[in-house]
Amino acid sequence: MSTPMVDVRGVHKSYGPLEVLRGVDLQVQPGEVTVIIGPSGSGKSTLLRSINHLEKIDRGYVAIDGEFVGYRRSGDRLYELREREILRRRTQIGFVFQNFNLFPHLTVRENVTEAPISAQGRPRGQAEALATELLAQVGLSDKAEAYPRQLSGGQRQRVAIARALALRPKVVLFDEPTSALDPELVGEVLEVMKALARNGTTMIVVTHEIGFAREVADTVVFMDAGQIVEHGPPRQVLDRPRHDRTRAFLSKVL
Amino acid sequence: MTAPAVLEEAAAETAGSLTVLKARHPGRWIAGAAVAVLLAMAVNALVTNPAWDWPVVGAYLFHPSVVHAVLFTVELTALGIVLGFLLGTALALMRLSRVPLLASAAWGYVWLFRSVPLILQLLFWYNLAALYKQISFGVPFGPAFFSVDSMDLIGPVTAAALGLALHQAAYAAEIVRGGLLSVDPGQLEAAAALGIPRARQIFRIQLPQAMRSIVPAAGNEIIGLVKGTSVVYIMALPELFYQVQVIYNRNGRVIAMLLVAAIWYLVLTTVLSAAQHYVERRFGRGLAQALPPTPLQRVRRILSVRRAARRQRPAWGGGERR
Repeated sequence: MSTPMVDVRGVHKSYGPLEVLRGVDLQVQPGEVTVIIGPSGSGKSTLLRSINHLEKIDRGYVAIDGEFVGYRRSGDRLYELREREILRRRTQIGFVFQNFNLFPHLTVRENVTEAPISAQGRPRGQAEALATELLAQVGLSDKAEAYPRQLSGGQRQRVAIARALALRPKVVLFDEPTSALDPELVGEVLEVMKALARNGTTMIVVTHEIGFAREVADTVVFMDAGQIVEHGPPRQVLDRPRHDRTRAFLSKVL
Repeated sequence: MTAPAVLEEAAAETAGSLTVLKARHPGRWIAGAAVAVLLAMAVNALVTNPAWDWPVVGAYLFHPSVVHAVLFTVELTALGIVLGFLLGTALALMRLSRVPLLASAAWGYVWLFRSVPLILQLLFWYNLAALYKQISFGVPFGPAFFSVDSMDLIGPVTAAALGLALHQAAYAAEIVRGGLLSVDPGQLEAAAALGIPRARQIFRIQLPQAMRSIVPAAGNEIIGLVKGTSVVYIMALPELFYQVQVIYNRNGRVIAMLLVAAIWYLVLTTVLSAAQHYVERRFGRGLAQALPPTPLQRVRRILSVRRAARRQRPAWGGGERR
């Protein structure tokens, strides 16, 4: 087995007395799609946010392509990196939020080109060309000069995906990307995500869309109470779950 | 006849044969007329009473010394606002910083400069030379590289501008801080997730969105300061209010000269209000479905609707006669 693209080892995280993550291990191979499911409050989103260091973890580590996120290793110690360095390493990780978090005062094109220019120092022309290409990929070529408020929820989330891809990240994390959408708009976002998966993008997706998991995921992870209860191919986890907790959860959402 | 039958009958009539008559509002007309009468009385009282001394007002409105005083007032306002908001923005960022000492220092500054009346602060700056004869630049608590007399460094004009700016900074800090806090935290989170450098997160993502709530409050402050500059008359500086006092002490036309000052304050405030409108539009980009029309656009729209109505009227008239 090659080095995993994402390597999560023994991650613990507490908010005060509340333990949100209790020893999570997760490996994602390059080009693989991992879907995390589980009841709300199970720590799915926290895990995802720990992977790009939006949340600091208390114990364990996360590595992307062999490089620690947020820390530098020297001997058996991990030194927390300075913010500037963390920001630089984050450009290897795309993140798509539940509420899109597009910049409302910038046009769609500016939303997509902002990070490549200011975080990666790409020349403007190159960033613009990349934006044109990515907007075509998510089917929004005609909306480049629009402002986010002028778009539907589904269109906004597709822009957010293009914005995340503009960094040319090694892995893209999706935090419930369709949960804030009207039901009839969910499909267009999932279609874009499926196309990404087919192109070999490494993805970790937190979602309640069991159908998407079944169709696209290489691995489905079921989390409950801050731990990974079981993981495996979708056929196994979704159709023949080994644990009662998984079965109980699936019986509610299916 | 049953209700459904009534409905059916109404529906059976062609929609075109029904005429829509607008509701009448006699109350609105009466209220409007009352206000018009009151306005006419006020104008009459202003114009016909010779005590207002309008000829003198006219003679002094563009008097060179008055115009100079207006320019000086504008200058003081501009210095106070620009320096005040620069310092205020720095204070707001300090207040929100993760360094506790920076945050408390900013809090302390705001506390101090908001608590002491402006007029007192101005007098302190004016008398700075009495407190510190010399101002030295060098190593803190160590040797000085060079020193200047406070008198030379801080003359009355500098003292006034400094006093206004430092006082203004305390208010500006709170306005800017409020604006920054009004921006959805998800915006900074998204910027951080994209790896955008910290300074850029603030100046490209957070501040432009904060401007939407900062600008109206800042507009208030600027207009307040235009008139607030009149307190520097205690330092015998030739701003507008001081200058008209000088003139009426000489010619005795108190009311007329106060009117001159009032007219200029009105002019300055009007110009600033118009400017504020356009600045708000600028920062409203992308934040509203459609921007509100500018006053000019509004006038043009009304005119074009009138013109269109006039052109169509004959056609409507013909339709009715038929």
